[in-house]
Amino acid sequence: MLAGFDWDVIQRSLPYLFKEGMTFTLTLTALAMFFGIIFGTLLAMMRLSSFKALSLVAGAYVNLMRSVPLVLVIFWFYFLVPYIGAWILQQNEPVKVGAFLSSVITFTMFEAAYYCEIMRAGIQSIPRGQVWAGYALGLNYWQTMGNVVLPQAFRNMMPVLLTQTIILFQDTSLVYVLSITDFLGAASKVAQRDGRLVEMYLFVAVVYFIISYFLSYLVKRLQARIAVPGKL
Amino acid sequence: MKYNWNWGIFWQPAADGSGTWLHYLLVGVVWTLATALAAWVIALAVGSVIGVMRTTPNRWAVRFGNGYVELFRNVPLLVQMFLWFFVLPEVVPQALGDWIKQMPPPWSAYFPAVLCLGFYTAARVAEQVRAGIQSLPRGQMMAATAVGFTLAQAYRHVVLPQAYRIILPPLTSEFLNIIKNSSVALTIGLLELTARARSMQEFTFQVFEAFTAATILYLLLNIVIVFGMRWVEKRLAVPGLIAVGGAPQAGH
Repeated sequence: MLAGFDWDVIQRSLPYLFKEGMTFTLTLTALAMFFGIIFGTLLAMMRLSSFKALSLVAGAYVNLMRSVPLVLVIFWFYFLVPYIGAWILQQNEPVKVGAFLSSVITFTMFEAAYYCEIMRAGIQSIPRGQVWAGYALGLNYWQTMGNVVLPQAFRNMMPVLLTQTIILFQDTSLVYVLSITDFLGAASKVAQRDGRLVEMYLFVAVVYFIISYFLSYLVKRLQARIAVPGKL
Repeated sequence: MKYNWNWGIFWQPAADGSGTWLHYLLVGVVWTLATALAAWVIALAVGSVIGVMRTTPNRWAVRFGNGYVELFRNVPLLVQMFLWFFVLPEVVPQALGDWIKQMPPPWSAYFPAVLCLGFYTAARVAEQVRAGIQSLPRGQMMAATAVGFTLAQAYRHVVLPQAYRIILPPLTSEFLNIIKNSSVALTIGLLELTARARSMQEFTFQVFEAFTAATILYLLLNIVIVFGMRWVEKRLAVPGLIAVGGAPQAGH
């Protein structure tokens, strides 16, 4: 089965795979996580707001994003972003947006819906008394949120947020549908050029597995460390 | 900023000559459902076995179950799709590989997609089944053993009937996931809903109409399934148990 296995093709393409591909994948993951958590937290605050219109809008956005496949969302934003750009910059022609920026926006907007649900649970897990205590001390909404509620919510939800990020890391491989050279895209290009599909795709699977497995191991350890003893 | 809207496009004949564009997209819905349902059968069967294995007293069964879940959860779905489609025919015995490669479309894409989604979702179903079984009080299993049930009988008559009813809500969301995930099969050439919206966009240049229609169709699928399952959940809820919400989980 592995008699005709060509290890050389992997070795030859390593610099390309990691320098071009993995760099793209990791940068995209990091940026989408950073902006996604910020936007997701804002969405969660909107969803929990007593202001009906805000919570309706945020709820509709989150439910919409969560009911359509990521592939469709990638296509949506790929075509939509140039028009939104033209609208913001007041131009007549759709703005040319690079593949990288387009995918950062896509994954930020998509993952924010998932981060939102996690942060909402995190905020709701904080006892109400904390908020009242904040107000009683004369803090306003933003101060109470920023200094009292959110730090605890982040801490409680850190393992879930990180697990979601591991999923995001795996999901970034779907930029393949836009022919972008991420890690899988790079491997796929080499595979098709050299006719070495078996070697390249197995290698990609192994690399993704090792990284994701290692990251989830770290999350598990973190979870054990921050767990309140005796609870759960 | 200009974009020529043309909602009438849905009533114009599709490029493949099978009918209107609307019909073309609806056939995509059928393929999406056909893929998701077939994969769901595999996911439930394999996922239940793996999930139960992880709760048995047998150490090797637990290890095998854990290994299965780790393997399928830590490789991106798209990569798994390529493994089933491109790699599997090359690594099986040649006669079988040739037979797979000679399969006519759309089956050549349909079967790998179903197998891929099935075994991928099985890992997630296994997680739920295990969690459901472990959420039951230990006394249930002990009582079953005490009245003389074998391990298999205890699972069959005491543990599993309760566990399945408890995990019905998370299973519903796994089924919604499998519908969404079936869109990944477009990368291996399966013409399901997203692929058809994309190809409609390529032929007609009516980007936003095509994607809006696909989005609405996915939303409708979601709504029908959520409401249908809510009805089932109400009928099958275990009397006396508080509805189990469970801790928030990462996922799609």
